Amino acid sequence: MSTPKLADLETSAPAALAHAGPDSVGVAVRDLQPGDPITIHLLNGSSLSSLKAKTAIPLGHKIALRDLRRGENVIEYGQIIGEATADIPAGSHVHIHNLRSRRWPGAGEKA
Amino acid sequence: MSQKLLTTKFFGYRRANGSVGTRNHVIILPVDDISNRAAEAVAASIPGVLALPHAYGRLQYGDDLELFFRTLIGTGQNANVAAAVVIGIEPNWARRIAEGIAQAKKPVEYFSIEGQGDLRTTAAAARAAARLLQDATGLQREPVELKDAILSTKCGESDTTTGLGSCPTVGRVYERLFEARSTLLFGETSELTGAEHLVAERMETPDLKKAFLEMYKNYVGAMEASGADLFGSQPTQGNIAGGLSTIEEKALGNIEKIGRLKVQGVLKPACPPAGRGLHFMDTSSAAAEAVTLFAAAGAVLHFFPTGQGNIIGNPIEPVVKLTANPKTAATMSEHIDVDVSGLLTGRLTLEQAADQLWETMIRCASGRLTCAEALGHREFVLTKLYPSA
Repeated sequence: MSTPKLADLETSAPAALAHAGPDSVGVAVRDLQPGDPITIHLLNGSSLSSLKAKTAIPLGHKIALRDLRRGENVIEYGQIIGEATADIPAGSHVHIHNLRSRRWPGAGEKA
Repeated sequence: MSQKLLTTKFFGYRRANGSVGTRNHVIILPVDDISNRAAEAVAASIPGVLALPHAYGRLQYGDDLELFFRTLIGTGQNANVAAAVVIGIEPNWARRIAEGIAQAKKPVEYFSIEGQGDLRTTAAAARAAARLLQDATGLQREPVELKDAILSTKCGESDTTTGLGSCPTVGRVYERLFEARSTLLFGETSELTGAEHLVAERMETPDLKKAFLEMYKNYVGAMEASGADLFGSQPTQGNIAGGLSTIEEKALGNIEKIGRLKVQGVLKPACPPAGRGLHFMDTSSAAAEAVTLFAAAGAVLHFFPTGQGNIIGNPIEPVVKLTANPKTAATMSEHIDVDVSGLLTGRLTLEQAADQLWETMIRCASGRLTCAEALGHREFVLTKLYPSA
């Protein structure tokens, strides 16, 4: 586990951003470590919610803002970006290992 | 924002047909692959002119041939081009392209190699190129209005930071340019997948919506009908490394570039827009192909948001790159014209980021080289619709 990032506490710089209120994922804007307390901000600067990172999440990668069930639509930009291929607990890394396109899902996985 | 930043004027070149350019190139345009050598030989003997070698121009037919002619003629007609020398193996196609370019009231000469050989052709073409170059360098930049300019945008090596930061920055600048009555282009047909319904809703009229959806279905339908596994190609490995997981997510970030604007036109590849405002063009999502098509439609400055660091440039259309990814801004700084990574840390608002991009746009339109130009990136890549005969 990383040491607390004092600079971030001082400036209250967001750790993750979300595009729209209904989004079920946010985007890490710095590298996150498991256990890091995270405040999710909307792009207009208002804070949306707080949670703890469950897994390491690299800068630019997505974090689940709430528990997602397998088969559930994943929402970003207020729009569907694909479906969860596994149960995803809030605070976990969301990427190609647990999220796939509904449009171009990949070899052998077309519905 | 200072008065200087707010300006809707830049120092550009006003061409005889009323278009305005940001550069003043004399191009040596080969008609076909086998004339590249002569074109490059002319550029080698007359420093200051620009050869545009490419891979095609032989045995093309039908729509593919029409697109080829449209792209080469449009490139020559672009307001960033002061004059053109066309060199082909046979005289007929060289003449056709030269006559097309001349319709923009531009000095153009053409040469053919058959019956002459490379060396005699090169000597004659170099003589013409030197004269055209001297005439071009006698032209002066003057204050021109952004409303008379065509600009384009397309992103590349996207990641989640493009959707969060650099694409919305272009969106704000596009909204301001729309207010300034500029002509604006966007494209990337395949990379609208998952957001095509949102773009369709932006179409100004039902006819445009129908035309757009038809173009989208034709392009993406052909890709899907190929049976190829598109995952890994869309999103790309670079996209995935940057955190993008699906084509839908990539597309939703992509369309941030058009801000909240309505779309006034739907264009076939390399077709010049008929009026002002925002136009969709049916293009590949490959960076060099798309920018080459925008330039052939008359675009004189390009906005290129990147996440993981695409390095593309174009020989005649300056490409302004911006990134919101702090790692890319640090590790690939020689490629990045505008660093808007402050958007991710709350140090920069979207309006401030747009101000920075606007200032860079005015400076680069007025003659300052973009990073891609300074580094010598000149990717001139023709779009091929199907195999040649």
